[in-house]
Amino acid sequence: MIEVREVVVRYGSATALDQVSLTVGAGELVALIGPNGAGKSTLVNTLAGLLKPASGSVAIGGRAAYVPEGRHLFGELTVEDNLRLGAWRSSDRDPSWIYGMQPALAELRGRKAGTLSGGQQQMVAVARALMARPDVLVIDELSLGLAPIVVAELAAELQAVHREQGLALLLIEQNARLAFDLCDRAYVLEAGRNVTEGPCAELAKSPAVARAYLGGPIRESSP
Amino acid sequence: MTAFFSYLVNGLAVGCGFALLASGLVTIHRVTGVVNFAQATFAVLAGLCTGSLLSMGVPHGVAELAGVVLAVAAGLLTGLAALGKPGTTPQSALIVTLGIGILAYALEIAIWGDQPTSFGGLRGALTVGGVRIQWQYVLVIAVTAVVFGGLGAFFTRTDLGKALTACASDPYAARLLGIGVLRMSLLAFALGGGLGGIAGVLLTPLQPISFDSDVALIVNGFAAAILGGLNRPGPALAGGLLLGVAEALVAGYGNASYQTEIALVLMLTIMIWRAARTPAVHEEAAS
Repeated sequence: MIEVREVVVRYGSATALDQVSLTVGAGELVALIGPNGAGKSTLVNTLAGLLKPASGSVAIGGRAAYVPEGRHLFGELTVEDNLRLGAWRSSDRDPSWIYGMQPALAELRGRKAGTLSGGQQQMVAVARALMARPDVLVIDELSLGLAPIVVAELAAELQAVHREQGLALLLIEQNARLAFDLCDRAYVLEAGRNVTEGPCAELAKSPAVARAYLGGPIRESSP
Repeated sequence: MTAFFSYLVNGLAVGCGFALLASGLVTIHRVTGVVNFAQATFAVLAGLCTGSLLSMGVPHGVAELAGVVLAVAAGLLTGLAALGKPGTTPQSALIVTLGIGILAYALEIAIWGDQPTSFGGLRGALTVGGVRIQWQYVLVIAVTAVVFGGLGAFFTRTDLGKALTACASDPYAARLLGIGVLRMSLLAFALGGGLGGIAGVLLTPLQPISFDSDVALIVNGFAAAILGGLNRPGPALAGGLLLGVAEALVAGYGNASYQTEIALVLMLTIMIWRAARTPAVHEEAAS
């Protein structure tokens, strides 16, 4: 689905990504965690083709859609307009099926996206990306600035689409606990480099990862 | 009273021309964030081109269409020059459009000379309640109504129109969704060129034009467009009509040489009013 091989991305003389590699298989749930400034958003923009790698390769099989950090909705357009533009590349832009899946969105359809709460906006941002009927969804900071209950709802919804439509997911998160809960496999990125990778269950037990990202060794009863 | 109605109709027709010019400014600014100072150049080019073609025996309709097509091409070229280089800011693009307007002077003088020209529009007049209204005025008002209706429907009802708005609202998100922002910007410039061209071919029979008529036109067009923050066609239409009528009344009852000053005063008043409503602190926080 996504295959990133030893990609190097530079902004002028600064190296943002240094030999980063990552794969997401069909229908796989993969997380990429790392602190601020690790190069996570640079990776998103590289995947989307907005940045050209200085070396290495990026291959995307099938259709990819993106939920950018900060949501980036079109504030003065309505929720429905935002959703329709999500399917810009396709001829079928009717959002009825999304409304069927998320009735809450149908109620918001006529509202301007800029007037919604953060949680509602993130719901629209995810739905807008799903409108492209992607094979793989790349989400940059799903949980940023949202209440835990809203994040849980969004996570449940993503799991449902994964189960029903075989959607693959690359979840780029600072919130490692959420990433480990939702995904099967994870990569850890620091200062533009791959630090470690593996099944989430194993990474969560690694003392270094737990200390850096989970605020101490993970407890069995995570909320 | 008859004189008043006559001034009113005259003002409405000229105001429609300003509004059409403003609609091009609004279309381009709304999508690209660029204030296009070459906007009135499109009108002048279309007017001069149509005049030449008519004098060569090309029939009405065809000549006007050719003028508008030339304006579309000029719009597209201006867009390419202003935004073709990736990463050009709207502020730099504005300077490029200003330069293109000046460059066009050289071209226009070389082709058409520096004397004002005009051509006849629709002949005849109809009489309503004792007031004679030239058919050309009726045509200008009717075309403006159709253009604004169409533009409103285009931006609010079609996905293409919404995609254009999306490019202005958040170019980054638009690109992530696969919307070609440069292509949309060029489309906006071409559309803006066409709107300027329509204004030019409709206004030239009412007011003779020459290569430097763009200054008075852009001042009026900008004054009309600023009423809607350069982003909304509806207020731009209202602004154009208000300006046209105010200028016609001042010219009718007072002194015609104050026409442009009225536009400038209106523009300044609106800009000061808008600035007062948007505290500078917000601007800084947002940037």
